[in-house]
Formats: sequence, C-alpha cells, structure tokens
Amino acid sequence: MELFTNQVLAGIATGAIYACMALAVVMIYQAIDHLNFAQGEMAMFSTFISWQLMQWGIPYWAAFVITLALSFVGGIAIERILFKPLAKAPVLTNVAGFIALFAIINSSAGLIWDFTIKQYPTPFGSSPFLGSQLISTHQAGMIGVTVLLLLGLYFFFQYTKIGLAMRAAASVPESARLVGINTSWMIALGWGMATAIGSIAGMLIAPVVFLEPNMMGGVLIYGFAAAVLGGLTSPFGAVVGGFLVGVFENLAGTYIPGVGNELKLPIALALIISVLVVKPAGLFGRHIVKRV
Amino acid sequence: MTTLLNVKDLRAYYGQVQALHGLSFSLSEGSLTTLLGANGAGKTTTLRAICNMVRSTGGIEFDGKPLNNRSTESIVRFGIAHVPQGRGTFTTMTVEENLQLGAITRKDSAGIVSDIERMYAHFPVLKQRHTQQAGTLSGGEQQMLAVARALMLRPRLMLLDEPSFGLAPLVVRDLFGILGKINREDKVSILVVEQNAQLALELADQAYVIETGRIVMSGNAKDIANNEEIRKSYLGY
Repeated sequence: MELFTNQVLAGIATGAIYACMALAVVMIYQAIDHLNFAQGEMAMFSTFISWQLMQWGIPYWAAFVITLALSFVGGIAIERILFKPLAKAPVLTNVAGFIALFAIINSSAGLIWDFTIKQYPTPFGSSPFLGSQLISTHQAGMIGVTVLLLLGLYFFFQYTKIGLAMRAAASVPESARLVGINTSWMIALGWGMATAIGSIAGMLIAPVVFLEPNMMGGVLIYGFAAAVLGGLTSPFGAVVGGFLVGVFENLAGTYIPGVGNELKLPIALALIISVLVVKPAGLFGRHIVKRV
Repeated sequence: MTTLLNVKDLRAYYGQVQALHGLSFSLSEGSLTTLLGANGAGKTTTLRAICNMVRSTGGIEFDGKPLNNRSTESIVRFGIAHVPQGRGTFTTMTVEENLQLGAITRKDSAGIVSDIERMYAHFPVLKQRHTQQAGTLSGGEQQMLAVARALMLRPRLMLLDEPSFGLAPLVVRDLFGILGKINREDKVSILVVEQNAQLALELADQAYVIETGRIVMSGNAKDIANNEEIRKSYLGY
C-alpha cells in the first residue's frame, strides 16, 4: 500500500510538469491551430538560461523570475519573427517551421552549453516532505508551484479584461477584431505565456531528469499525451490529462510486469493513439452546444 | 443634417474578382439607412469594406476622417459597431462575457456595468440567460445578443448585416422595433443591409438599392416603397 501511495504521489508530481507542458501546447494550439513540436526545446533552452544565470551567481528565485521574463519575451519574438509570417501558410509549412525551430534550439543549446549532463539545483531540497517518506520536498514543491501557476492562470483568463480578450480572439477571431481586439497581438501574448509556462516546467523537472539539450524530449511526449487525453481544445482538460498521465505512467511502470522504466515512453504513445481512436475530442474536448 | 459616413467610388475585390464597382453613398448623422439588393449584389461586401475586412479602394470617410488603410480593430475605436452576417456570437462564452466583449475598448468600468444593466432592460431574455453559454441561445436570442453586444460599444454608427436572416417573422418584427427605438432614443445612426426589403423600408428613412456592385437607386425610404416600378424590378415584391 505504501508503494502504491508513493507511486501515486510521485506521479502527481511529474504529472504537474506534464500538465504545464500540455497547457503550453494547448494555449498555442488554441491560438494558431498548430501543435508546437518545439515546446519542449523552448522549455529546455529557458532552463539553460536560468542555469547560466545561477552560474553567474544570481540566487535561484531571482534567476527563476528573470528566466520567466526572458522566456515570455522570447516566445513573443519567435511568434513575431517565425510564425506570424506563416499564419496563412499550409499546415505542412508550419510543421516544417516547428521542426526547424526544434532543431535550431536543440543544436544552439548544445553549441553554447555542450551536451554533457549537468546537475540542476532545487530550491526545495530533497529531504522527506513533512517527515513522510512518501514524497520529497522537491516533489511537493513541483506540485505547489504548478498549483499556484494554474490558479493564477485561471484568475487571469476568467477575471481580467485581457484574459477575456485572449479567449475571445482564440474562439472567434473575426468577431474579436470587430469588437476592437488586436487578435494578432493576442496570439503573440499567448506564445509568450506558453513559453513562460514551459520554462517553469523545465526548471522544475531539471533536478529530476538533469540538465542537457535533450532533457525535454520524453517530457514533451507525455505532455502531448496529456493534451490529447484531456482534449486539445480544453486548457482544463490538458491539466487534468497531465496529472492522469503522470499517475498512470508511474503505476504502469510499477505494476505491469515487463514495463519498468524502459517501456514507460511507449505507453504514452500508445495512450495518444488509443485516445485518438476511441475519443478523438479527448476527455474534456469541446462539445459545443449549439442550436441552429 | 451632417454627413456621418461618406463612401465614394468604392471598389472591393476578393482575390482577382471585383465585387464592388465604384459604389458611392452617404449616411447622415442620426439616420437609419438601408442598403437593399438581391443575393450577391454586394451588400455584405460594402459593410465589410467599411471595416476593412476585404481589400478595397476608394474613399470611406467617417465624420470627416478617412477610414482607408486602418485595421479592422482600430476602426471600432471610431465608434463603429459591426454586427456581421451570422451574428458573430462568441458561442463558447457566456451571454454576459459577450456583452463585456462588446465594450472591451472602453475604459469606464462603471459605465460598462450600467450599460450591461441597460441591455438587460432592452432585452429581458438576455438577463434570464446571462450565465448561459451564448451558443445555446436560439437564433433570435443570438441576434438580440449581437445587437446588444454592438450597443455596448456606445457606437455612433451601427452596421447590421441581414439581421432578419433565419428568424421567424414575429421575432423579426420585435427586433426591428427595437432597432427603431435604439435609433430614435439612443441617437445611434444605423446602416442596415437587408434582403427583406419590405420590412427594411418600413423601418428606414433613407434607402439605397445595389445591383451587381453599383448603386442603382437611392432616395427616401417611403418613396421607394411606394414606387411600384422599383419594387417590382429591384426588390421583388
């Protein structure tokens, strides 16, 4: 029983990271109808920036905040420079753009910081959380930061004018422009926020998976699985999907004989395929109730 | 009366296809003007050209200021509210959020709150459903919501594209009654595009008839309604 609880809690902790990645993917998908394959690499690059800042002697939380700001600006810059010109291009052109972005960021990180694995600090420590062997303080910190982030985002989208404008721009762009919303900047803002959210995921998971240019590969696949499971049109679903995938991954690795650590990733891929076959809209995918 | 909107030699294009061929008309402040014409005559294109949603050349002046080459979202800030064909409802958002979106360019939050109450007084059905997803409203209710959303801008000019489309005749009567009231009481100038010529002419004071991208007839709405020849040849009733 202790093993089970332990695995569930650990699953929730990594699930929090998948939830952040899924949310970042869904935010961009909502804005431009494309999946950002480079989301993980962007998060990895942000994490390297925070590491570099700490190497220069800046304390953890200051580096954390500076990285958030830089990621936000960087996300906007990527949208303005690369994807705004592609807005009317066919799907495959965009896919090629994302793959190019993936390769560029991955190799740049390797060039700047090389491919050796680096330790990444945690501000929470890794002692038992509240004296319990079930969960470490870092895992508790991952969950805590993610929950704060999600509450903040909920408040932003539900109760601020700009959040309302962003939702409107994503749901009916033409009407949004007709009420005076600059939809193009709303898309850029969405990129900035998604990149910042991804950077939080990267910085939280780095102490676990260690820092190197390919650190987010697996994480992003789980993030995609989470987004598909929850429904690509539902930010709420993406978050729930993230936690479910995290727990499911851990339980499958522990209890299904032969899965272990090696087959965990194919489970995420199998999950993507099964959800697409059985329920393409995902668990919380938008059912638009519409009377004609 | 002063001219609020002046359109001169307007030509609009969809790709290579020209949809408007030098169309000119004007609308005076406080008036309720209607653009009539058959399917494909260019009525919707005219409204879309005013809001720069289609490529066009020619002069469009609002209150003496040129609107050409401004983005759709900045034209709204002149006080021009456009209710597009198909109503443009934010279907996944609540009725109240739709109203708030109509006022998104305004800064006076107290005024916005009181205007939402005013809309609920105009359209009681919206108050009953204010927390409901707008997509669940009936067609008539969505049209009411679209008009209310446009009014939330406190517009000087409202552009309405086929407000009667797909609505039951009784609902259309209601809606047009409300439009007349808004025009008289709130002093909002209205430009309405309609296929339902009979009804639009009853409501409007000024009318233009478009055929294949040109104005072919203009005048007082009553005169046009009373002219059997025009009615038969252009308006089909």
